[in-house]
Amino acid sequence: MFSEEKLNKVKEIIARYPAGKQKSALIPVLHLAQEEFGGWLSAETMDYVASLLQIKPIEVYEVATFYSMFNLKPVGKYVFEVCQTGPCMLRGSDNIIDYIKKKLDIGVGETTKDGLFTLKTVECLGACGYAPMMQLGKHFREHLTPEKVDAIIEECRVKAN
Amino acid sequence: MGRKLLFDKAHIEGIRYYDVYRANGGYGSAEKALKSMTPDQVLDEVKKSGLRGRGGAGFPTGMKWSFIAKPEGVPRYLVCNADESEPGTFKDRYLMEFIPHLLIEGLLISSYTLGCNSCYIYIRGEYAWIPDILEQAIAEAKKNGWLGKNIQGTGFDLEIYVQRGAGAYICGEETALIESLEGKRGNPRIKPPFPAVKGLWDCPTVVNNVETLAAVVPILRIGGEEYSKYGIGKSTGTKLISACGNINKPGVYEIEMNISVEEFIYSDEYCGGIANGKRLKACIPGGSSVPILPANLLLKTAKGEQRMMTYESLSDGGFATGSMLGSGGFIVLDEDQCVVKNTLTFARFYHHESCGQCSPCREGTGWMKRVLQNIENGKGKMSDIDLLWDIQRKIEGNTICPLGDAAAWPVAAAIRHFRDEFEWHVLHPEEATKRNYGLAHYADPLVIAAPAAV
Repeated sequence: MFSEEKLNKVKEIIARYPAGKQKSALIPVLHLAQEEFGGWLSAETMDYVASLLQIKPIEVYEVATFYSMFNLKPVGKYVFEVCQTGPCMLRGSDNIIDYIKKKLDIGVGETTKDGLFTLKTVECLGACGYAPMMQLGKHFREHLTPEKVDAIIEECRVKAN
Repeated sequence: MGRKLLFDKAHIEGIRYYDVYRANGGYGSAEKALKSMTPDQVLDEVKKSGLRGRGGAGFPTGMKWSFIAKPEGVPRYLVCNADESEPGTFKDRYLMEFIPHLLIEGLLISSYTLGCNSCYIYIRGEYAWIPDILEQAIAEAKKNGWLGKNIQGTGFDLEIYVQRGAGAYICGEETALIESLEGKRGNPRIKPPFPAVKGLWDCPTVVNNVETLAAVVPILRIGGEEYSKYGIGKSTGTKLISACGNINKPGVYEIEMNISVEEFIYSDEYCGGIANGKRLKACIPGGSSVPILPANLLLKTAKGEQRMMTYESLSDGGFATGSMLGSGGFIVLDEDQCVVKNTLTFARFYHHESCGQCSPCREGTGWMKRVLQNIENGKGKMSDIDLLWDIQRKIEGNTICPLGDAAAWPVAAAIRHFRDEFEWHVLHPEEATKRNYGLAHYADPLVIAAPAAV
């Protein structure tokens, strides 16, 4: 269940659309739910969102399964989403992905045993001029090098403690 | 220095904020439009300017606007396409991040022209920090009377809302974007009806790219006719180019569309040449979906003329020997890069992003990816090259939206111009996993066929 504050946020989002078009709020509300409920969308969360927007649960599942930013399984506290499309590949993203795999001892799509890190490879995020790069939470980390990756991992560990 | 119209004030400290933007002439175009011009007069200026859609298709903006239906009592909507997702393209991000008020002012003028009272900015979900910047700009504009009810006492009302997507390239296609804005999967619609007649919530809707809408501001400032004097021929005005790959200075550049490709790559004002003293092998000049060109065809057309950074010159020679300006996502490959591998990453991208509605795209993109994977990993056969050619031909033109074409073109162009590199992979599977084919003959001077004797 959302807090009072988040429920107000949902109301504010719905008010952006004409009356009766509250389904348009679905993607923004799913973002909000994912942030609020541990970084992923469980079936219960999706049903809850459906009830908030007065739409059928299936309408939520359809959308949640279509968009790559919605996680349908639990993920680590910090998700490294490393871009691997052409422009990043040309600047060495493969090496960065290999380095993270070794450093964290996980494969792509896996989470470390302590539940802290998940490694994902993603397609172009629009930072081609600052490659290689990854998304970490709300922000982009650009011009990645093994040293920078080390520093990011350390930064996350410190934050988690 | 090339003349600038969008980024001429981008270097001013604090231009992101209303006070600085306004003090430097910001909202002057909106003031002019709303207070001294009718919507039709504004439309005329946009038509005169020759502005073409900056998202990739290059369709004349004034003409697109003139198509909007105006049934009595039905609201009309303007939707700003900020879903920038074409690999190699990151120009709109820069504009929104650093001069958000330029976009807000453009949206205001455009909404006034089209008669829209609600406008939505649909921004790709991964640009998660930019909505905050835009919403702050919107709040500032509202506080200063540029949004909300009775704007500057003119009686015109406008609200602008920011909506985040959630990771789907296809939502950059205008009807998929509308579906997504309605809270659905991003499946493109069958056209007609076009959005201008039946768009968002079945109402008349115009969808334009960020850069297109921002360009309306300088058009009003200097006048459509003056704007049309920038650039060459039908490539009027300036264009944002996001340059990336193996160059010395990747980044977003505003160019007047009258410079050569060679100047853009090698001058210090722009890309500053190929990184690490390497040589240029190939380039994808307009985002991942446009045809890749080898160095020799990139710098000169098949007729031996200098290739320019314009819609017409980049597409000179059609797909046989030309490419497209597209979205301005300029991807440069140096002599050490592998065209097969680069093509594989694009095929994987389009497979990942196919919405799955049309079989040729849903199945074909995955098939191309797997065949390319085999060739790249030394498991390819000669017949695979022809198979790839065959698959891409059967995707192109056989899908509801242009994603099919976008997936087919890079594969077709790579085979068309780099067939021997594909063959080398097949013939030297072991070597191909250890080293790249290199520059080969791709930068050799073009052999121009002599005109036939009369």
